[in-house]
Amino acid sequence: MSGASTTAHSVVEPSATSKRVAGFFVILYALISMAPLAWIFATGWKTPPDSISYPPKVVFDPSLEGYCNLFTTRTRQTNEYIEALGPPQGACDEVTRRREMVIAGQSNYVPRFINSLIIAFGSTFLAVSLGVFSAYAFSRFKIPLADDLLFFILSTRMMPPIAVAIPIYLMYRELGLSDSALGMILLYTAVNVSLAVWLLKGFIDEIPREYEEAAMIDGYTRLHAFFKVVLPQAATGIAATAIFCMIFAWNEYAFAVLLTSGEAQTAPPFIPTIIGEGGMDWPAVGAGTTLFLIPIVVFTIVLRKHLLRGITFGAVRK
Amino acid sequence: MQETPVFPASQNANNYAIANRAAAATPTGVSKAVRGLSDRSIAWLFVAPTMILLLAINIFPLIWTVYLSFTNYASNRPNRPVINVGLKWYRDILSSPEIWTAMQATAHFVFWTILFQTLIGFSLAYLVDRKFRGHAFWTTIILIPMMLSPAVVGNFWKFLYQPQIGLFNYVVSFFTGLPPSSFEMLGSVTLAPWAIIIVDTWMWTPYVMLICLAGLRSIPDYILEAAEVDRASRWRQFWSITLPMALPFIMLAVLFRGIENFKMFDMVMLLTGGGPGSTTELASITLKRAAFEAYRTGYSSAFAIILFVVVFGLANVYVKALNKVKQR
Repeated sequence: MSGASTTAHSVVEPSATSKRVAGFFVILYALISMAPLAWIFATGWKTPPDSISYPPKVVFDPSLEGYCNLFTTRTRQTNEYIEALGPPQGACDEVTRRREMVIAGQSNYVPRFINSLIIAFGSTFLAVSLGVFSAYAFSRFKIPLADDLLFFILSTRMMPPIAVAIPIYLMYRELGLSDSALGMILLYTAVNVSLAVWLLKGFIDEIPREYEEAAMIDGYTRLHAFFKVVLPQAATGIAATAIFCMIFAWNEYAFAVLLTSGEAQTAPPFIPTIIGEGGMDWPAVGAGTTLFLIPIVVFTIVLRKHLLRGITFGAVRK
Repeated sequence: MQETPVFPASQNANNYAIANRAAAATPTGVSKAVRGLSDRSIAWLFVAPTMILLLAINIFPLIWTVYLSFTNYASNRPNRPVINVGLKWYRDILSSPEIWTAMQATAHFVFWTILFQTLIGFSLAYLVDRKFRGHAFWTTIILIPMMLSPAVVGNFWKFLYQPQIGLFNYVVSFFTGLPPSSFEMLGSVTLAPWAIIIVDTWMWTPYVMLICLAGLRSIPDYILEAAEVDRASRWRQFWSITLPMALPFIMLAVLFRGIENFKMFDMVMLLTGGGPGSTTELASITLKRAAFEAYRTGYSSAFAIILFVVVFGLANVYVKALNKVKQR
């Protein structure tokens, strides 16, 4: 009997050895999969010669050059000209002059980053606002053909982005929305609203109807009950959904590269265009990539409990 | 899939308190009056804005694409008279060797990425499910790549794949002894299709892992305990309990990845741009070239419609599978 109880225990709780072996392999995988990210992070702190040295340098003297090059444009000058300028102002000036160059102005990275922020926040706000109303309606009311409508909403997400971009490109050209933040916000809202409806419907389904019904029996109107009872209850779900929408808009490339070229360009199409003299300026790319990815890494950690739901459109819940 | 309790008990009590407070705050005089909009009009009011947006940004353009696919319209020559060409573009596409090459490249990409991601992802999920110390932390670390921007990922993997200076070649040469400049992952016709598969697998294995993990965790302990009491071997338990019960989840992950990779554009565009030659030119990249570089708007619209029909078919299969998963 005692033997049976230990085996039963071992099923629920894996043995110490199997845990250690599993832990070893999982941590090994995690470290290998983090290596590319660590490498690109490190590259941001290298000098251009260090970044393309052979063999690749694991140990190096950190330099601000990547970040300086990311934020500035530079022009090559003669030694005499540089000497006549007087003492360098700030670290970036000094690094630039060492390469016989002077800072000519600001690069486009900051404006592109701000575009990304505006478009991500704008489209997220709209998608979640539209989504929460629709999700509530689908969750609580009998809507004719509800399943078909929900499938229709999801299917809009299944279209290849390039296929959607062809007519959107023509339509925006007619409407004057090409290369405008408003155009990108509307487009990302349309893509994200499907995710928002599906995710939020799942979250609202989990709020017992009895809460609103109790409030309505006590004289609340349906709208009142929605705003005062349901919305506060769905706050976590709304926040998680908003982060998912924001990540999509932040990461999106296909629409951005086809529909924006200057004014409204976001960071993803901009980062690959960072080039220095004679090829890619890899430290600047590393720096730009690092700054661009940090918010996503933070959000991933914040969202970890809701990730499964988000990536499966609410189909799988933990 | 089993339904877990939505709220912990303590939060439930809290919810009731809120509802009670909301009820108490309402004047009794109006408590029985039903005012405001009817449920029916609220339902339509709530759904309409979403539908209108989707009709304007998704359905109208789709209909326009169908129309364009029957015409000779070219977006760089908007003033040319538009002629109806009938099914010409559809015939051209289905008989074009260029399109079939792209479809083959796409099929190769989809098949191998799904195979690798499922094998590695399921194994990882199985290991994480051993619940070793710190498994939650390491799981979160592993999940990071799938949240990143595919375009930015493609761009920095291009750096890692550089011969001579790239980390990837260096690591391979460290383990195999090959000179690091003897092979070019992105420049070689044989290696480039595998280069994009490696990056996609790096990025999306966590996705499959996460879904498989949910599958493994949905298996009730008592079933495995019963098998243990019946002295079923570990091997037998895995093949007759664990795998069949996790299968719907694995299928779900495969279908999601299938749809996503079928329309893959950004990562591969940045990594190889479809090259060398057209060895990594996936369907979406061919479409982009036809539409935005050659300005064959009618032709590319027809191709877009064909791709959409294929994806829509996959989506239908997906929803059916999803419903099966939900029924369990």
